[in-house]
Amino acid sequence: MTERPPGRVTAAVEGIGERVYGMVQELGAVSTLLFRVVAGAVRRPFEFGNIIKQMEEVGVRSIPVVLVTATFTGMVLALQSFSGFERFGATSLVGTVVALSITRELGPVFAGLMVSGRVGASMAAELGTMKVTEQIDALVTLATDPVKYLVVPRVIAATFVLPVLVVFADFVGILGGYFVAVHVMGANPHVYVAKTYQYLEFRDIYTGLVKAAVFGSLISLISCHQGFVARGGAEGVGRATTRAVVTSSMMVLVSDYFMTSLMF
Amino acid sequence: MIEIRGLAKRFGKKVVLDGLDLAVPRGENMVVIGGSGTGKSVLLKCVMGLLRPDEGEIRIDGEDITRMDEEELVRVRRKFGMLFQGSALFDSMDVGENVGFALRRLRKFPEERIREVVEEKLSMVGLREIQRLMPAELSGGMKKRVGLARAIASEPDILLYDEPTTGLDPIMADVINDLIVSLRERLGVTSITITHDMASAYKIADRIAMLYKGRIVETGSPDEIRSTANPVVAQFVQGRARGPITDESEEFVRFVRGRAEGGKGA
Repeated sequence: MTERPPGRVTAAVEGIGERVYGMVQELGAVSTLLFRVVAGAVRRPFEFGNIIKQMEEVGVRSIPVVLVTATFTGMVLALQSFSGFERFGATSLVGTVVALSITRELGPVFAGLMVSGRVGASMAAELGTMKVTEQIDALVTLATDPVKYLVVPRVIAATFVLPVLVVFADFVGILGGYFVAVHVMGANPHVYVAKTYQYLEFRDIYTGLVKAAVFGSLISLISCHQGFVARGGAEGVGRATTRAVVTSSMMVLVSDYFMTSLMF
Repeated sequence: MIEIRGLAKRFGKKVVLDGLDLAVPRGENMVVIGGSGTGKSVLLKCVMGLLRPDEGEIRIDGEDITRMDEEELVRVRRKFGMLFQGSALFDSMDVGENVGFALRRLRKFPEERIREVVEEKLSMVGLREIQRLMPAELSGGMKKRVGLARAIASEPDILLYDEPTTGLDPIMADVINDLIVSLRERLGVTSITITHDMASAYKIADRIAMLYKGRIVETGSPDEIRSTANPVVAQFVQGRARGPITDESEEFVRFVRGRAEGGKGA
């Protein structure tokens, strides 16, 4: 008996099944990597030199992009809420809206997305190239655990540096909002500042920073994982890079929702 | 010494190694020959512990590495050095950092001592005063030699060579061959080389083993292999397009016949 070619419905269901299976497998692989990173981080030798180097790469070099995005986010937020709130005479609350939105949501999320694009791509490309040129195998032959040597410093750096970036982002975002509201839309500067302080709580800021730390570890874990599984030369590295950016950006937004629903 | 028994490795449904046996006594250079895609690299990666075999055992000085956990493997790997096909130099580090990598990781030696050792190993492979150069600035032959210096930096007992002469011009290939021979004589290391370059195999081997269909089909001295009666081995070492190996592949047979008939018609 010859095998019948699969019908369209069967093929579609198969396709979905394969995707789900692939996603579950991916999730398992990233979790395993997290486990190995934690185990590697507490074992000697501590990779201080590498951690500092990565902090510079992830943190210092991301400052310009993060500052520019945060400033304009604060500015457009002030513009939008000012013209919207004018309709029902609530322009005095613009400062509050800008401060809360930036610290709770937009600061961490935009910083996370920018870092996904900048750092996630470079981690996946670098590790992917090392993988396809056998440099990762070479590390193993030199009695060095690649996860400990390459992934641990990146995850530690990203987890601790992203909250710092977000502190800067919060600050310039609120400043940008103030500038537009007061100097462009003509809001009263004293009311604006008073309303910003009145409703902003410390909790708003630190929950944003906790989110940023989670984003940092997610981005670095996902991107390193994609680099490690890259195969097939330049094309494979390109694919790994794209997947790293897409997956980590998505995970920033998805995890943001769940963290928000848990925190507030 | 290295003893491999009944080694099997599959990727999905594809059987790559199928009950392979190989023994390499201490101080001997064993060359494993075989066509592309016959599993030579998989064999080396299993010996190095980079891949876990599905079945069989690999004994390094009596210890079976296929049953070891990662920590024990790290200890055993210190006995090994490996030269990769594409050299696999770390391209973010200069030559000196590449060669001294394993020594610096150990954190046992002072920096000056490491620099001396690096310079010594580089001069063993005929390179001097290039510690500050980056891998991107080196030619293919120089990269291979730096890779070799890195492999011998921590004075391994066992060296693994993955196609050491592939991609090099004939003269540079022979320089590498000479280096491999001299390293065995000077350091007394045991080594496994995989290659399909027969000139290199005859020059560096104490014994040659042919890998075919996941098993070692013949082992012998270079002279024995040269005058072998085994048709599979004979086809390979003489480099003939027609013979038992290619007859197995129907597609290939059709291709060769098609060309022959096309030639008659014209």
